[in-house]
Amino acid sequence: MFSSIKAAVDNAISGDTIFIKTGVYNESNIVIYKKSLHILGEEGTIVDTQENGYGFSVEATDISIKNLTFKNIKVSYTKEYAAILLFKSYDFIIENITVENAFFGFLIQKSKDGFIRNNIISGEGKAEADSGNAIHLWHCENIKIINNDVRRMRDGIYLEFGNNSYIANNYSTKNMRYGLHFMFSNNNTYENNIFEANGAGVAVMFSKKIKMYSNIFKKNWGTASYGILLKEINDAELKHNIFEENTVGINADGTNRINYSENTFKNNGYAIKVHGACYDNRYTKNNFLYNSFDLSYSGNLNNNSFKHNFWSNYTGYDLDKNGIGDIPYRPVKLFSYLVNRTPESIVLLRSLFTDIIDFSEKVSPVFTPENLIDSEPLMTQITW
Amino acid sequence: MLKILKYSFYDLMRSSWSYVYFAFYLVLGIVLLFLNNNLSKAVITLMNVIIVLVPLIATIFGVMYYYSSKEFTELLLAQPLNRSSIFLGQYFGVAISLSMSLILGLGIPFIAYGLLKSGAIWDFSLLLITGVFLTFIFSALAFNIALSNENKIKGFGYAILMWLFLAIIYDGLFLMSLIIFEAYPLDKVSLLGTILNPIDLSRTLILLKLDISALLGYTGAVFKQFFGTSLGLIISFVMLMIWVILPVLRINFKSRKKDF
Repeated sequence: MFSSIKAAVDNAISGDTIFIKTGVYNESNIVIYKKSLHILGEEGTIVDTQENGYGFSVEATDISIKNLTFKNIKVSYTKEYAAILLFKSYDFIIENITVENAFFGFLIQKSKDGFIRNNIISGEGKAEADSGNAIHLWHCENIKIINNDVRRMRDGIYLEFGNNSYIANNYSTKNMRYGLHFMFSNNNTYENNIFEANGAGVAVMFSKKIKMYSNIFKKNWGTASYGILLKEINDAELKHNIFEENTVGINADGTNRINYSENTFKNNGYAIKVHGACYDNRYTKNNFLYNSFDLSYSGNLNNNSFKHNFWSNYTGYDLDKNGIGDIPYRPVKLFSYLVNRTPESIVLLRSLFTDIIDFSEKVSPVFTPENLIDSEPLMTQITW
Repeated sequence: MLKILKYSFYDLMRSSWSYVYFAFYLVLGIVLLFLNNNLSKAVITLMNVIIVLVPLIATIFGVMYYYSSKEFTELLLAQPLNRSSIFLGQYFGVAISLSMSLILGLGIPFIAYGLLKSGAIWDFSLLLITGVFLTFIFSALAFNIALSNENKIKGFGYAILMWLFLAIIYDGLFLMSLIIFEAYPLDKVSLLGTILNPIDLSRTLILLKLDISALLGYTGAVFKQFFGTSLGLIISFVMLMIWVILPVLRINFKSRKKDF
């Protein structure tokens, strides 16, 4: 029996389990160094760091921390204070942890093979500069982040040099910057997550082979908000995602060999905004429903293709009844082309004149890229 | 003036056109709500209609009313009546009866749908206010054109042209100038261009109140900064007022000088 967690940890040896009884523990900077411990809290166990550094600071293998609540992590402009800091830790489990008023939630560095699940992390930051990330991975491998709830932080989940990770069933909302953020992280999968009302839902940057399945991106709405921000991405796959009411569904810049299939874009400002340097992207079997602009496109077609999508704005016909429209669909309207060129012309949005020029351009295309068409648009919505 | 206003108003209220107009908005409101099932979405769709149709109908109606009541006007002119009160009475009769058709036609289905309890009420009121302003502006312009042209065909032609210019051609010229001068900072210019045209001004006012404003990007931020402040709102309503007052003054001026 110990009266403080620190004392218990200091007196424990590898393989011990520490059980913490209900109560408020005003402790911080609890160091676990090269001891494989299993720390369990009783229900209602609160660790209040009182704005004094880290909660746990761990460097150990085979370790678990479960069922705790952390409070009041110190905000710093020079150090990344977190509820739990893992450094060079392997085979860890962080489970059922609640962090309130967090600066960083979990800061995990140079670690491998871990589980982070069923945690709730929330912050109170007002600006990007004075808030941290809920789950921050740096130089990590094979981490599974499942079923967490992260909100009001800077980034919900941030991976920098994080490879082979699996991120699923998380709910990320009201984060100032991104719901989920990949930097230089390859071979990761995220699926069944919900990203709602973040600065941008997900930002994937400078990464390869990211799989994005069955996520919901909604209400990421604001002048610089996106569902997904893709920058310098290669060989990724997006499937079965739903984009609803985002200012821009997908913002793609410098993306190569990406397959977009069976996604639904509904009621977005722009469904997809393609900037330059995008090659060999395939858009097949997506639903584009009632977006203000289905597609905004800069530069040449560059071997990107659109095929077998359903466009709610399609007005063609299907005489042979094979489910495929007989005339091609042009997803880029003249007005969106003009807005791309002269952003100020957006003030004419929804005026009669723009409807007229869009119509005349549809009848005989002059300005919009000639081969940017869906040659076989579908007549009915895709279901999967 | 009030007597003539009252007469014109009741005359129009009895005429089938007011009912057609009223019924049109009633049906439009019901169909939109039925199809959209969502008040704020219906408001957006309605905006597209109001921005185009209200000016057109007010224009045609104004010209038509002036020409068709011309004989009666000449009869009135023989009476010891102030000229400006005759014409202004007629003008306000037309504008008020059109506005009433608009407000009732759209108001009834929306209120029946539960507008009063919904958050869309402010958007909707703004829509109606701009609709009423557009009615007053365009019927005044139409009266001006009719007063200046004895020839009916010419009058109609100019009136339609005026509508065409403000609703479509203006935007075309606006867009062209934006593209030609794209190398220069244009957000102030586009703000000015929007304020000068009552149709564009109404459209922007409504758009900025709706969620869609985030789409407008950087330019939208400039606009929001302007229209979002009470000063901007006051300026835009003053602008709409000026668009009413100037043509009305000209009606007054013109009618005093005109030979019949």
